[in-house]
Amino acid sequence: MAEIAYPAVNFETHPSRYVHWHLAVNGNVAVLSMKVQEDGGMWPGKYELKLNSYDLGVDVELADAVQRLRFEHPGVRAVVVTGGYDKVFCAGANIRMLAQSSHAFKVNFCKFTNETRGGIEEATAQGGAVYLAALNGTASGGGYEMAMACKEIYLIDDGNSAVSLPEVPLLGVLPGTGGLTRLTDKRKVRRDMADVFCTKAEGFKARDAVKYGFVDAAFPRSRWQTSVDERAAVVAAANPGAPDAFPVLLEALAPVWTDEQHLDYRYVSVRFDRAARIAHLTLRAPDSAPSASSATWSLRAWRELDDALLRLRVNDLDIGLLVVKATGSAQAVLDADAALGTQGWFGREVRLFQARVLRRLDNMAKSIFALVEPGNAFAGSLFEVVLAADRSYMLEDDDGENAVCVTDVSAGSFPMHSGLTRLQSRYPGDTAAPDRVLRHGGTIDTDAAGTLGLVTLTPDEIDYEDEVRIAIEERASLSPDALTGMEQNLRFGGPESMDNKIYGRLTAWQNWIFQRPNAVGERGALKMFGAPERPVFDYKRT
Amino acid sequence: MAAIDYQSLIPNNVNLDSDKRLQRALEKWQPAYLDWWNQMGPESFQLHDVYLRTAVSTEPGGWAQFGYVKMPDYRWGIFLADPVADRRIQFGDHIGEPVWQDVPGEYRNVLRRIIVTQADTEPASVEQQRWLGMTAPSVYDMRNLFQVNVEEGRHLWAMVYLLHAHFGKDGRDEADDLLARRAGDADKPRILDAFNQPCPDWLTFFCFTCFTDRDGKYQLGALAESGFDPLSRTCRFMLTEEAHHLSVGETGVERVLRRGAQLAKIDRNGDARAQGGIPIAMTQRWVNYWYCYSLDLFGSEISTNAADFFGAGLKGRWAEAKDYEEHTALNQWHQMAVVEQGKLTSRDVPLRNAMNEVLRDAYMKDTERVVRRWNVALEEEGVADRITLPSSRFFRRQGIYANLPFNPEGELISAAELARRTPEWLPTEEDRTYVTSLMHRVEDPGQMANWIAAPRRGIHGNPVEFEYVRPPMA
Repeated sequence: MAEIAYPAVNFETHPSRYVHWHLAVNGNVAVLSMKVQEDGGMWPGKYELKLNSYDLGVDVELADAVQRLRFEHPGVRAVVVTGGYDKVFCAGANIRMLAQSSHAFKVNFCKFTNETRGGIEEATAQGGAVYLAALNGTASGGGYEMAMACKEIYLIDDGNSAVSLPEVPLLGVLPGTGGLTRLTDKRKVRRDMADVFCTKAEGFKARDAVKYGFVDAAFPRSRWQTSVDERAAVVAAANPGAPDAFPVLLEALAPVWTDEQHLDYRYVSVRFDRAARIAHLTLRAPDSAPSASSATWSLRAWRELDDALLRLRVNDLDIGLLVVKATGSAQAVLDADAALGTQGWFGREVRLFQARVLRRLDNMAKSIFALVEPGNAFAGSLFEVVLAADRSYMLEDDDGENAVCVTDVSAGSFPMHSGLTRLQSRYPGDTAAPDRVLRHGGTIDTDAAGTLGLVTLTPDEIDYEDEVRIAIEERASLSPDALTGMEQNLRFGGPESMDNKIYGRLTAWQNWIFQRPNAVGERGALKMFGAPERPVFDYKRT
Repeated sequence: MAAIDYQSLIPNNVNLDSDKRLQRALEKWQPAYLDWWNQMGPESFQLHDVYLRTAVSTEPGGWAQFGYVKMPDYRWGIFLADPVADRRIQFGDHIGEPVWQDVPGEYRNVLRRIIVTQADTEPASVEQQRWLGMTAPSVYDMRNLFQVNVEEGRHLWAMVYLLHAHFGKDGRDEADDLLARRAGDADKPRILDAFNQPCPDWLTFFCFTCFTDRDGKYQLGALAESGFDPLSRTCRFMLTEEAHHLSVGETGVERVLRRGAQLAKIDRNGDARAQGGIPIAMTQRWVNYWYCYSLDLFGSEISTNAADFFGAGLKGRWAEAKDYEEHTALNQWHQMAVVEQGKLTSRDVPLRNAMNEVLRDAYMKDTERVVRRWNVALEEEGVADRITLPSSRFFRRQGIYANLPFNPEGELISAAELARRTPEWLPTEEDRTYVTSLMHRVEDPGQMANWIAAPRRGIHGNPVEFEYVRPPMA
């Protein structure tokens, strides 16, 4: 099968345009039901989304629903994720779609779905809605992985329905989009039983699934709906939520391509230099006073950044380097950050969202350089972008005006996947350093920033331009694979968390196996799935 | 605990007497099976003496011993057809290799699923048919029902033997689950849809045994080709019994058709119903319903599983050795009608992926022969009505034609037209109420219910009016 050359993916959607999901809010419980339209795939005619299997388009809708539930339906305390068809909850990622996808697309697909799942877990953990998976039929592969993102899993006990991770026996790849890690680290399944489970294509039905902790409870068909409803009501009642919450409708971003090279949002611009494989990302500071609405800079600009990052990842594989600048009033950024601190639920929810966007930035398989120049707005929340960058260049100007500003939002508002702050992660050998930086407070000029180790290099006005040009050109010449691997290693120093492990293993084991002839060679298991012939393995262990 | 005399309790040719593993498994399962039979087997007739055929060996004559027996005392046995010396795998990727006497680890899960799916149908039909004895149209028919029931029970034993003998603890668990699921149960339904449909009347029973059990014949035939020799030998022996079930169904429908024709001729308006019979057009609707439901059992037209099963040498084609010259089925194609953008068009599918369809085709040819025989009977009765089989696209619930608006000719029509004309093509509520109203038990061995013709001959050389079922002694 030929790989699909796909048109640009749009990550913006709205419940009124969902094709595969239905969101129903009833009091403090919402039901998200998945009813994938077979012929509604992102690339019509290339594959059919049978058995509630999904492609990126299906997950884009789920991600949108999870995000909107947080902002538009903050009164919801429990979300039931269930299937819209009888007998099957979800068969996971569509195999024929994967078989026709480029490796890069598969990686981005897995990464995005995991970010969606991480979003579900974060919503549950941060006192938003608690997600519950109501498996009204078999959940296999990614279907079960999706269920594992929920806090509790219920399985219908009808003698047939099962949960399974059949990737190893059926496809010769891993349940690697978080599946393996969540089994051991989240659901605390014994590793030998996890081994049995992951090699048994049909998985476990209710009895064994409950016994070994793969699901939390099983209900017979005749009591299914009432049992799920009752459980959801109990969970919702026990979740205090945020009494001061109010619905915030998320306005459309609707960016504009002014020409082939320029994608413009209100606060974010992307300029593509495709010949040099660079995207110049400009983040603009607030131009109006903060408010508690989706138009406010703290939410709007960060949603724009999020959308731009997703497009860059999936639609612009050739872009290897993001050069980021921030312009406008640093004080306006600090004011916007401060306003969030006074806005209760809204402020907290926006800050959690900004943290997710920053983690999305950490997960980019692209080099990130931050350029800190006079008049920059890298202050407070935006300074985290400098900390997230692989390198930062700060111009030492003759007037001494160039400065950044670190505030206490860097002390814990934006945890990385590892659980560390970016300041903690920056100084692995110096635990006192973050405090030193935070105590410094206020604006930090180039000299101080260099001394504190907040930026990589501080060339003066004579050297700056050339230093930056050479660094960019050098970066563009290096192996993109080696760079991705190197950057991911260096960005995620320090301890491991479940989140951390998931992305690390996704980019290492899963992608390695996805590339190997045993999976994608002419007779590889993934290639042969659905074909009349059986796979042939090279049995040498690596 | 006294030692159990397995050989006399459970006739077998699998060395049950010396097989500790089987004995252990059966010690628990056999009482559970009897509980199941007493609970879910034929209602109200467990103490009757029934003139039944019992298999006590695979020798000629040994597989069909006739005599009176109370059903719970029936000696459900375990028989494999005799081994074939130096049997080789005859299709798929392992072609030419010796057949497996033990389950290859690589195929263990797949084989277990195949066996469990087949096994699940056996007790299911007993459950579906458990009330029918109370409305039997004759003592002869009642006996045939019970014969079918006990043999479905034996087929369950045959499949459970495979699970017990070859699949370890998983196999024992699956064998237990086979007794836990129930046809039509909301919580623990049987695996396949056709086996959850109610069987409330004898016309349904005859159609079911004719069409649905015939699916069983073809599944067993395909599994008889299997490279897993115990499965092959089990299925070969089961096929000898299945033939009787099919003939009960085929002759049953034929007798309903004949009687319908006879009553129509008697009636001044040609209306069989006015004479208390079942009109031929009504029987046609039952035929449509059960034929289509049975077609679903073969699985999807284009199937990854089917390709895997064939490639692995687990499930072949009907008469693989006899009817085909090429046995890898690679680089060959099967032309199939598919629906694309709302239109019927044709597409070439790799032959291995079309194996379900290949088996379905063999089944359809077989059912066409049956229908021709019915039409000969209608001709003999001197009426012009004929039975026809609908297209395999009509009224499908599984596969690529599922839930699409096809008419019985296999043409795409509008959903509105389908809804409007469905009462012509499938049994209506009113039809079912009427047929149910005809169902009354006929206890006199010499009598037949008015809506069905007598059979041509009785069982095992006995006359039709023989007392095949005797009430318990007072």
